[in-house]
Amino acid sequence: MMVKVLYFAGLREALATSGEEIRLPAGVASVAALRDHVAARGEPWAQLARTRNLRCAVNHAMAGFDAAVRDGDEVAFFPPVTGG
Amino acid sequence: MTVSVQEADFAVGAEIEALGAGTDNAGAVASFVGMVRGGEILAMTLEHYPGMTEKALAEIVAEARRRWALLGVRVIHRVGRLLPGERIVFVAVSSTHRHNAFAACEFIMDYLKTQAPFWKREDTASGGRWVDARESDDAALARWRGA
Repeated sequence: MMVKVLYFAGLREALATSGEEIRLPAGVASVAALRDHVAARGEPWAQLARTRNLRCAVNHAMAGFDAAVRDGDEVAFFPPVTGG
Repeated sequence: MTVSVQEADFAVGAEIEALGAGTDNAGAVASFVGMVRGGEILAMTLEHYPGMTEKALAEIVAEARRRWALLGVRVIHRVGRLLPGERIVFVAVSSTHRHNAFAACEFIMDYLKTQAPFWKREDTASGGRWVDARESDDAALARWRGA
């Protein structure tokens, strides 16, 4: 299945990209599994697995790492928010 | 329009007056303006998540409306590069009585700071740095949980 993955703020800078389309192998069906799949590419992607307090959203809603990922989903990874 | 995410500045007076327009029931309007602190900060750049940020703000406003009897709500958050003294965020709430307006205004700000996807990057003389989330902001949010 295909998912759109977005990165924001310091994570976007560290990865040198704001996002990508990823074709996921069978069995990668949660946010945690997606994070580990991307991190397994090595540097700089491995930072995804190291980032403390990494947050995520699925389809524009804050989500936990146990959230399901389905074909066509938009998944975002980012540091804790600091607006206001 | 209740929620705006924009690069442009806004007119505080006009926004407050607009909340009271068209009704004579509003006994109170409470507002908050957040600005860029000076000192060692030369400039601040705000990033957001287009689509999700607007949705998150609208959900925070909807939750405030569930908790208090409110007449009007206006939230404006700027993005892009801002200089010390410039306005970042505006929240205003109108209600029949001041207690609801004060409480809802503070609630919206506390939720915005911890739940809406915005990120601040500060430029200083020694370079740029992303602002870390503050535990005091989480503590401010916790006050409203279960309330």
